[in-house]
Amino acid sequence: MTTKALDGAPSLAKRPRLREAGIQGFLFLCGALSVLITVGILIVLGKESVSFFTTQQWENSNRPLAQELEAVGASIRVGEGGATLRAGDIIRVRDEIMEVVSVDGQTLTVVRGLQGTEPAAHETDLEIFRSNRVTLGEFLAGTEWNPQIGRFGILPLVTATLMTSTVAMMVALPLGLSIAIYLSEYASSRARSILKPILEILAGIPTVVLGYFALTFMTPLLRSVFGNDTVEIYNTGSAGIVIGILILPLVSSMSEDALSAVPRTLRAAAYALGATRLETAVRVVVPAAFSGLAAAFILATSRAIGETMIVAIAAGAGPALTANPFQAAETMTGHIVRISGGDLSYDSIDYNSLFAIGLVLFFMTLFLNIISQRVVRRFREVYE
Amino acid sequence: MNEINPFEGNTRRRRRQGIAWRFVFQASTIVGIIVLTALLYNVINESFGLAALELEIDPASLAVDGVALEELSQEQLAQIFQANVSAGLYRRYATEKPFTERTREEVYDLVQERVIRPQLVKTWTLFETLFERDAIEAELAEKYPGARLQFFSWLNPEFVQRPQSSDPLRAGVRTAILGSLWVIAITVIFAFPIATGAAIYLEEYAPETRLTRLIQTNINSLAGVPSIIYGILGLAIFVRFMQPITSGAVFGLVDDPTTANGRTIIAAGLTLGLLIMPIIIINAQEAIKAVPNSLRNASYGLGATQWETIWSHVLPNSIAGILTGTILAVSRAVGETAPLVVIGASTFITFDPDGPFSKFTTLPIQIFQWTSRPQAEFRNIAAAAIIALLLLLLALNAAAVLLRNRYSHRY
Amino acid sequence: MDERLVDSSDRVVSLTETPDMVAHDQPGSRTETNGAPQERTLETRDLRVYYGDFLAIRDVDLDFLSRKITAIIGPSGCGKTTLLRSLNRMNELVPIARTEGHVMFQGQDIYAEHVDPVEVRRRIGMVFQKPNPFPKSIYENIAWGARIHGYKGELDALVEESLKRAALWEEVKDKLDQSGYSLSGGQQQRLCIARAIAVRPEVILMDEPCSALDPVATFRIEELMRELASIYTIVIVTHNMQQAARVSDFTAMMMLGEDKAGEMIEYDETNTIFTRPADPRTEDYVTGRFG
Repeated sequence: MTTKALDGAPSLAKRPRLREAGIQGFLFLCGALSVLITVGILIVLGKESVSFFTTQQWENSNRPLAQELEAVGASIRVGEGGATLRAGDIIRVRDEIMEVVSVDGQTLTVVRGLQGTEPAAHETDLEIFRSNRVTLGEFLAGTEWNPQIGRFGILPLVTATLMTSTVAMMVALPLGLSIAIYLSEYASSRARSILKPILEILAGIPTVVLGYFALTFMTPLLRSVFGNDTVEIYNTGSAGIVIGILILPLVSSMSEDALSAVPRTLRAAAYALGATRLETAVRVVVPAAFSGLAAAFILATSRAIGETMIVAIAAGAGPALTANPFQAAETMTGHIVRISGGDLSYDSIDYNSLFAIGLVLFFMTLFLNIISQRVVRRFREVYE
Repeated sequence: MNEINPFEGNTRRRRRQGIAWRFVFQASTIVGIIVLTALLYNVINESFGLAALELEIDPASLAVDGVALEELSQEQLAQIFQANVSAGLYRRYATEKPFTERTREEVYDLVQERVIRPQLVKTWTLFETLFERDAIEAELAEKYPGARLQFFSWLNPEFVQRPQSSDPLRAGVRTAILGSLWVIAITVIFAFPIATGAAIYLEEYAPETRLTRLIQTNINSLAGVPSIIYGILGLAIFVRFMQPITSGAVFGLVDDPTTANGRTIIAAGLTLGLLIMPIIIINAQEAIKAVPNSLRNASYGLGATQWETIWSHVLPNSIAGILTGTILAVSRAVGETAPLVVIGASTFITFDPDGPFSKFTTLPIQIFQWTSRPQAEFRNIAAAAIIALLLLLLALNAAAVLLRNRYSHRY
Repeated sequence: MDERLVDSSDRVVSLTETPDMVAHDQPGSRTETNGAPQERTLETRDLRVYYGDFLAIRDVDLDFLSRKITAIIGPSGCGKTTLLRSLNRMNELVPIARTEGHVMFQGQDIYAEHVDPVEVRRRIGMVFQKPNPFPKSIYENIAWGARIHGYKGELDALVEESLKRAALWEEVKDKLDQSGYSLSGGQQQRLCIARAIAVRPEVILMDEPCSALDPVATFRIEELMRELASIYTIVIVTHNMQQAARVSDFTAMMMLGEDKAGEMIEYDETNTIFTRPADPRTEDYVTGRFG
């Protein structure tokens, strides 16, 4: 593609820049990978969660066949006692799967050879298994989590998580806000230059170390204060306090940023009215920075909910529905760590339950993160 | 009067209030520092201290002609070993490696392990060791009459060099440190180029479109996803779905692909790579944003292409910030435990990892595993391992600070 | 591509061989522009620039004569810089900017579909309001541009030649490896000019090049511009009436129209603009009665 140029002047025409285009394409893919990761998380969590809710778990009904069964025929007799069988139940005899259509005392009317199985003859006294599928309602509202007996109510795990997070926020919120106010409104620049790095060190400590700290320092401390009988060796309170310590630097530094972003002129206006430093800080600066502070707290809550190692070490193993912070209870994250450590076989209900819990956890934290981002964006608009 | 001055003379009360609250704010800050101190004290307190050992045979009784055990020659030690263990055990060791070929130190260790056979019965903290010596000796005399008291520094050169062992006296963290280094190497190789590339794209190329905003929001959100979720993702994708690749079977590198089962260093490195990628991206974006536009204008004004501008001006002027951010993200990865537990890092490994398809354990996993044991002496070695981990992190952060100071630019 | 390089360097060499002409080019001798028809290096036709929906400049038709200095003057915010930046497609770097109309460079429309902005910018260089050397050595500042354009000659010689032409050589020849930031503001700006001419452009656009400098540094840059005008076509945006009067051969006056879009209201020889302007608004502005 050439153009007429005066005086033989060189052409300005575009030359193909393959390298430029190639690099730009590659960089775009790098950016797009993040979306892929999110999609990956959703697909993986979603897919395995779906199989968690669709996998059949066979539970012995304790009502063996009371009468020999031919390969054809829709009526079977079962033993007395055992579990109650209802119309709509899926049952299994040896390899054959059937659906119960109606129940009349010990006689069941069934549809035979379901789910790709072949109707076959079965002898007397063969055990009948009933399918026990986890329903969404059971999962979200059930109060017991005990995979061994097929109980999958996530509530105990959620309450334990909320317990540790609440304790953590009760520690981190007032302390973090106070530290932020001190650093931004009171401390000299020299004090700030010493204190901030120290708090940053706290933020850099691996959580497994803080878990160790919770178990070997915080728990004995709590036990010596409240008594060994009140405080169990593993307890959510100790884990919660240490999670609070973990997120303290996050709360204080984000809050300090929010407070520092309040324009100097606002403070000057307050001082000029004769306000004390405290009044300026608490009544003018803090309300002005409110959305920034709120974003910090929300983000910190999300971090507390997702925190794993501290609770895995110090909060105890075994789901328990309790409102007592001195008792052991297993959080969602703690449970995931406990059942996945070791040789977890794929396609077991335990493996699938991991993803269902993960999905709940993911949505809880994602929700909080997005709210926090929204709030931050709004607060930026005000001052920039 | 009130009409002349309608204000209550409350300055004094307000001042007092101010002072009280100032004290509260200051105290909160001090609490933060106290917590950090308590944490370090706690770890150091457990890392050093007295321990009571019960020995099978008093080493003094093994002295030959008044020469103490420590000073005996290799042959003498070999004789002592042969004399004190069963014939079968001796033969086993002799066939494994003839005693004439073993060094003096090896034989000495064998005598310690098999003949003297020290057993830890109780350990005390550094604080107790220093200030409650009398109580310790009284307890020792009462409960463990045969035991001898010895001061232990649980963190010592051998601890760092020894492989894992189920005996706390012989356990070390070499395999764990090597595992950590391998995993981190993979993490960095995987995450750094992609994350930097994404940051460059978002800051320099991306048009103001919905897609760009989506990617940006996504990255911000990913940075807040709990690390354990990445573990679950890694378990499903790298360990299970990509097992032929991550176990090395595709490359024919593993004789028996069932041994590692996809739970390998490379799976761990990739998982942690995904985890720190959003953090590196966000830090790198900040660094790139800090490069003033006047430089880009100058470059474009000379007729440079976009990539020439980025490569010659934007990157050289932001690389220090990008690297600092990367190091900080890597130090987070070094301390990560939960995702590696979920993807199934092995907790007990006595051999050094020999490549990306090897089974592995890492320092934090080792700490987790030891902390979860009920026996007190494992707490001591967990504390020692914590100090090793903190030193590793300190080194990384020092590197970040140096980098920041060295390449700080003015425009 | 090689052909192009040889071609442009030949042209430059032939011009540098006439130093006498530079020396004799006193302000008083410039009136000969009234004579023979001048070659036009740049012409704008119906040039409009939008920022989003906002029309920033409207229908500018302007000729820039070869090896002359054209000043663009006018009150703040009337689109002078926008006009300047649209002359070498720097405006495209503002994501919301959109340009309509034509800018003809040596007979080719630089906004034509097939034209590469990178090529345009090499040949129409730019000097910015604030000195913006690269945070590299003085030598690298000059050499970098030549290198990316595949310069095949002797780099050392090119650096020296460019610095000499920017009247900076004597001051920096012993410290070429020092950072560009070690120089004073005026020196930095001359470094930026040297950097721009090292890629052998035909046109140099200057966006208020002296606004960040003190009077002495300003004087030196103005002197330099007069010297460079013997080789390059120069377009300068300035706020400073005296500067426009001192250095330019031609002056274009811009002003905000009623709908806040910038318009070119008058264009003539600098002498005419400053002594007998045709438009009363120009007269108000150049005599300081504007407002």
